[in-house]
Amino acid sequence: MSLHRSGVISGVGETRYSKVSGKSVLALHLEASLAAISDAGLSPKDIDGVIPYAGLGTIAEDYVINFGIEDLRFSAHTPLGGASPIAAVQCALAAVSSGICRHVLIPLARNGSSGGRISSLMEEAPQFRAVGEFELPIGAFAPAQLYAPMARRHMELYGTTSQHFAEVAVTTRQHAILNGRAMMTKPMTLDDHQASRMIADPLRLFDCSLESDGGAALVVSRADCARDLRQPPITVLGIAEGHPDSPTAITQRADLVHIGLDKAAPRAFAMAGVSHDDIDVAEIYDCFTYVVIRQLEALGFCARGEGGPFVASGALRLDGALPNNTHGGLLSQAHIGGLNHIVELVRQLRGEAGAAQVKEAKVGLVTGYGDMGDGSIAIMARA
Amino acid sequence: MNIDSLPARPRPTPTEESQGYWQALREHRLAFQQCADCGKLRHYPRPMCDACWSMKSIWFESSGQGTVVSWTVAHHPFHLAFKSQTPYALVTVELEDGVRMHAPWRGTVESLTLDLPVRVVFEGVEDGLTLPAFVAA
Ligand SMILES: [Zn+2]
Repeated sequence: MSLHRSGVISGVGETRYSKVSGKSVLALHLEASLAAISDAGLSPKDIDGVIPYAGLGTIAEDYVINFGIEDLRFSAHTPLGGASPIAAVQCALAAVSSGICRHVLIPLARNGSSGGRISSLMEEAPQFRAVGEFELPIGAFAPAQLYAPMARRHMELYGTTSQHFAEVAVTTRQHAILNGRAMMTKPMTLDDHQASRMIADPLRLFDCSLESDGGAALVVSRADCARDLRQPPITVLGIAEGHPDSPTAITQRADLVHIGLDKAAPRAFAMAGVSHDDIDVAEIYDCFTYVVIRQLEALGFCARGEGGPFVASGALRLDGALPNNTHGGLLSQAHIGGLNHIVELVRQLRGEAGAAQVKEAKVGLVTGYGDMGDGSIAIMARA
Repeated sequence: MNIDSLPARPRPTPTEESQGYWQALREHRLAFQQCADCGKLRHYPRPMCDACWSMKSIWFESSGQGTVVSWTVAHHPFHLAFKSQTPYALVTVELEDGVRMHAPWRGTVESLTLDLPVRVVFEGVEDGLTLPAFVAA
């Protein structure tokens, strides 16, 4: 028994992405949720499971009282930072395929720009306890500062360069411009990237994701409950989460560039029964450009250490071998914790991705990355 | 809460397990938790040995000698308390005892390479707080 084809994504939705939403975080969650439920052709009262994002302030009860849900049968949290949304899909598939419930709502919204900035919120979470005690006092606590030593070691060991990072940033920006919802709409050149100010060497400003206000949501449904809904269901072929060695402190990790996706990716591919050549489109979590490069290696699209040359070949462009972050990602669309990456993959597989539509996108993958390198991956196809 | 508005330097809040580490630093000693049953060293301090699940530990005094695993240079002050220090370099060090530390680098950034031999030094930063840093060995 596995989660292979055990359920579908029946609906997706988003709010507007901006620097100042002018709305409460709960209102953004509800607005995105309503959009996803309506996209599926469901009523809010049909939702009988919910997985709120841990740490953004909403709880299952908020959805019960706002939607008037009479019999919520399932709720859970999947606290893996940016790997949470896909881990939540895995959790939801287990819930619907075992008969606990039929339609699980997975929302994620934040005032990450106008409310407390994402980079400043970390020390309050229990998974940052060790960093808070031992690394914050010496001046290392923001994600850019914690991940920079991983990037530096990758560069020293394998010859990866800032120009490789730039290729990721520039390609992602080109896709954002085609998206229509993205916060960043001005073209970026390799020179613009190289001229952007240093944040935490080797990471420059244009290696870092945005801080955004907005929300996204999706509905996971039991396959037999989604056949007659509004949208073509998108099925999950393979899915997995992976926790890195030394999951609370990157510093203490024997292999500094190792990440949770190194463990999760082989399991998801085996479950999906597809090969790398079958993947038509990818939405790879991009909190930082370097993190995309390392994940490409963990996913097996190139050997370890070859991520830099792989992106330099143009593979991630819309006409490349592996079109990636076709919505503009966290780098140029909005930082919605990667839930926006799942929304985009669903749209690509439905053929609804507009100017950034990958022709005949039949099978795609999406990843999540969070906290100290937690990883998650889902491989999906039209049902 | 926006911690940009809190200019005070962030201080560690020691736990039952970590008090000995911070106390040793105040005495200019580097001490790591060691399993009292199987002898395995661990850092950062925590209640249990992951090799034998013993909850008994003693303090092992480190030589403070190690080699560079990686580094970063912080340019953007995510916390106002560090603004006056930017840019500042931090090194990740593999101690010869087998555990890692992350601490400020007191040397030129240009001199940093993988496997560079380094040693710990102790810096009293304010009332009752001593932090480690590294210099070339
Ligand atoms: Zn032991």
